[in-house]
Amino acid sequence: MSGVMGWLPYAVAGWILLVGLYGLATSRNLVHTVGCLAVAQSSTYVLLLAVGYRSGGTAPVYSDAEPGTPVVDPVVQALVLTDIVVGATVTALLLALVIQIRKRHGTVDPERLTELKG
Amino acid sequence: MTKAWRLGLFGVAAAVLAGWWAAACVGLPGFGGQVHPYGERAVGASLERHTANVIASVNFDQRAFDTLGEESILFASVLGATMLLRVARDERRQRPLAARVMPSTRLFGAVLLPVTLLTGAYVVAHGQLSPGGGFQGGVVLATGLHLAYIAADYRVLERVRPLTVLDVADAAAAAAFTVLGLVGLVAGASYLSNTLPLGTFGELASGGLVPIINAAVGIEVASGVIVLLARFLDQAVEVGGGPGDGGSRTAGKEDGG
Amino acid sequence: MPSTVDLPPLAVAVPLFGAVVLAVAGRWLPRLGCDVLAGLWAAADVALLAWLWGATGDGRTVSWVGGWVPRAGHSVGVVLVADRIGSGIALLAALMVLAAVGYAWRYFEEPSGGHAGVFPALLLLFEAGMVGFALTGDLFDAFVFFELMGVVAYALTGYRIEDPRPLHGALAFGVLNSLAAYVTLLGIGLLYARTGELGFAQIGAALDASGKGADALVVCAFVFVLAGPLVKAALVPFHFWLPDAHAVAPSPVCMLLSGVMVELGVYGVARIYWTVFAGPGGIPADAVRPSLLALAVLTSLVGAVMCWQQRHIKRLLAFSTVAHVGLFTAGVAVLEPAALGGTAVYVAAHAGAKGALFALTGVLLDRFGSVDEAGLHGRGRELPVVGALFTVGAVALAGLPPFGTGLGKGLAEESAKSYAPWLPWLFTLVSAVTAAAVLRVALRVWWGAGSASHGHAGDPETSGGGEEPEVRAPRRTLPVVLVAVPALLLAGCLAVGVVPGVAEAFDQAARVFCDRPGYVAAALDPGTAPPVPPGPAPDWWSAGAVLSGLLSTALAVAGAAVAVWAPGRVSARARAAARRCHLAVRPLRGLHTGLIGDYVAWLTVGLAGLLVAVGALR
Repeated sequence: MSGVMGWLPYAVAGWILLVGLYGLATSRNLVHTVGCLAVAQSSTYVLLLAVGYRSGGTAPVYSDAEPGTPVVDPVVQALVLTDIVVGATVTALLLALVIQIRKRHGTVDPERLTELKG
Repeated sequence: MTKAWRLGLFGVAAAVLAGWWAAACVGLPGFGGQVHPYGERAVGASLERHTANVIASVNFDQRAFDTLGEESILFASVLGATMLLRVARDERRQRPLAARVMPSTRLFGAVLLPVTLLTGAYVVAHGQLSPGGGFQGGVVLATGLHLAYIAADYRVLERVRPLTVLDVADAAAAAAFTVLGLVGLVAGASYLSNTLPLGTFGELASGGLVPIINAAVGIEVASGVIVLLARFLDQAVEVGGGPGDGGSRTAGKEDGG
Repeated sequence: MPSTVDLPPLAVAVPLFGAVVLAVAGRWLPRLGCDVLAGLWAAADVALLAWLWGATGDGRTVSWVGGWVPRAGHSVGVVLVADRIGSGIALLAALMVLAAVGYAWRYFEEPSGGHAGVFPALLLLFEAGMVGFALTGDLFDAFVFFELMGVVAYALTGYRIEDPRPLHGALAFGVLNSLAAYVTLLGIGLLYARTGELGFAQIGAALDASGKGADALVVCAFVFVLAGPLVKAALVPFHFWLPDAHAVAPSPVCMLLSGVMVELGVYGVARIYWTVFAGPGGIPADAVRPSLLALAVLTSLVGAVMCWQQRHIKRLLAFSTVAHVGLFTAGVAVLEPAALGGTAVYVAAHAGAKGALFALTGVLLDRFGSVDEAGLHGRGRELPVVGALFTVGAVALAGLPPFGTGLGKGLAEESAKSYAPWLPWLFTLVSAVTAAAVLRVALRVWWGAGSASHGHAGDPETSGGGEEPEVRAPRRTLPVVLVAVPALLLAGCLAVGVVPGVAEAFDQAARVFCDRPGYVAAALDPGTAPPVPPGPAPDWWSAGAVLSGLLSTALAVAGAAVAVWAPGRVSARARAAARRCHLAVRPLRGLHTGLIGDYVAWLTVGLAGLLVAVGALR
């Protein structure tokens, strides 16, 4: 594909990363922080899937399709699957930390966590 | 650093990042291109190993070592969450109360629960044949079980969710993956080699080691996610008395009636 | 009996399996049983990796997991490539885990998370992550094991949930490291789009074949892929999470974090650069060298200055790690095999010294429930052995001959000065300042020297008082292992320096590490790689190395003495000068705010700076 569509999906991935970074840099709530991390991670899904797309390709599953049918790149799909599981588990662990922070500090506002500095 | 400083610094840096990213994207092959050397090889290797779902072949055979690492991350995060969300010294467990639920919700849950579990089992079992697999089916299984919480209350969920068994199942499935890798070594090949009979293409038992690892992953994901959710739900429903406790979380959930 | 080729995946699988066994058996086994089991498992992995190190020799052990050996130079599988540097740092990780398991044996008083198996199981998972990251020859596989290392480390850092600070530190650690890992994955995506490959050797070969040189895509991919390792290595300005996390993690975990995990970040930078980007299709050395060196110098100076300012002993040690990682990076950044070999010696010895210092600080926490330098003034007198070991650790950190730190520092300096004559002075100064800070702590806490007051009102700082003790039985007698483990670690640091042959082995290992064509051939076309001819043997304890070690130590002793005894005895003018210095570094301290938002902004700045620097110099 040429023209704008030739690079637009990649640009979307970059945009999502920047949105996630902006959210992380300005967050006022730790749950929101963890959410922004997940947003930043979504850029990797978009980039990988965009990289693996092939015009006219179908899903890389040969149950119904004849061998030889053009398919999109299965490797990036497998990578994204791994990436999703990694992301979900990291998010879970970080949220567990946020729950305990809420209990111990009585707040989820990062500006009010002031014990580690200097 | 003041907020204005932080934002200014970030803005400049983000602009630089955006510029470089755009320049890099121009150098990429256009979207939808036909050149995917690794992908082509993966398709060939998958068909050679009688695995219809190429993604399953990449995840559980060709790049199974990645998946071993990834399942370990899941296992570690369940273990880590169990440790972090333990009942602290100054906290205590409370018995969740029964909750009232609308009859229609109850009926809906009772009908959907078995259907969802069956769907999950199907998605796991056909992982090497059709879209889906251990991860996807495992998540369906785990979330399906929580219909019990929606349709009834926390006490019922606790009854259909034997945590000790699931905890051990999670570990056993993780161990199975590690040990299945040794099958290749015993057969004189390398670690995680797919040395089992490959079966007939397109049948449930095709793909050699792939359906077995797939099943282990399905069990691990399902039990792992249930245990993980249980730690979070416990915090919301049962654990109280700590410093941040508002004192109002005795109810099993918000009033369902 | 497995063959050598099977060892790399087994070295990852064994601790994974051990973790599972502990997680299950811990439900029924008593504490002692779990600890013995964990110790046996950690020892088994040490044995496997020692075997791998021995069998690999000066070659490479290449293992295609799943038997997907390349056909016509192409494969669909994941490759593990162990050379002596890779298997060496994996072995170091395994040894440190063994030490941490031994130390933790009598450290925590209660089983955590329901049963006694959870903590050792997490340690073994941590080990699997580190070993996998050290041995892998595949970029995406490296990302997976990087995240495994990360996830376990976040959980272990937040272990003490009753204390608010560890939770805060663990969250900052988790957000920054995972964010960086995702940026790395974006870089992997760019490289995959360009080359259609994921292996280090395959990508490197494909970049060279593409003939496009260092265009914008390659520069962007280089910086993005290195984001993860750079944050893990805590180079300024990616370092902010490190003091927050290392100051609050349980002491046995700190031994692992500071001793080997952070160094694995530097290893990742070196490995990825040499295998993927060092060819004609990658980034020219003239762009990489000054960029990395600038980061290294900034890191070591910031680390040293911040280290000196601390009163929270674990935070002080954490900043000393930042400073030393800066030095290690400088050793890598000159891109000379000899400097790299010296750095490897330095890293191995530093792990012993730093691990011991964290372990001994853990004894303070165990006894007094505090790690505050001012608050503990003179209270260490009842623990003379601990004090003596702490002092030994401090001079080992300075590089006093014949400790291995001195040997590694000397070797790195000898080679680095051919590129930049001022680099040896940086090594001497930075190791002296961090060691002086540690010696100052030893003098105040164990000898009761100087006055108990510290700091200036209004400074942003983390005090070390009021810590939630990691053990709640302060009246028990001091368990022997809490002193034996640090003593053994210091003995290890000494052994690196006095055992002949260590320097030569690492020197040749570094030559193999930097032999890019050999690596690519070994991974893609086994059997064709010619062995790397041995070069001239390095000068074992050259006069320069001995003198530089002695100079660092003398400066450290002088610095500590001045800090402790001078304040009451110097002129008003000297006091005013000291005050001005203090005010000058105050803004630097003010940047360490504990705010995740600030840290992310700095991460973005660091990436942008690297892009501009590498892009301009290529």
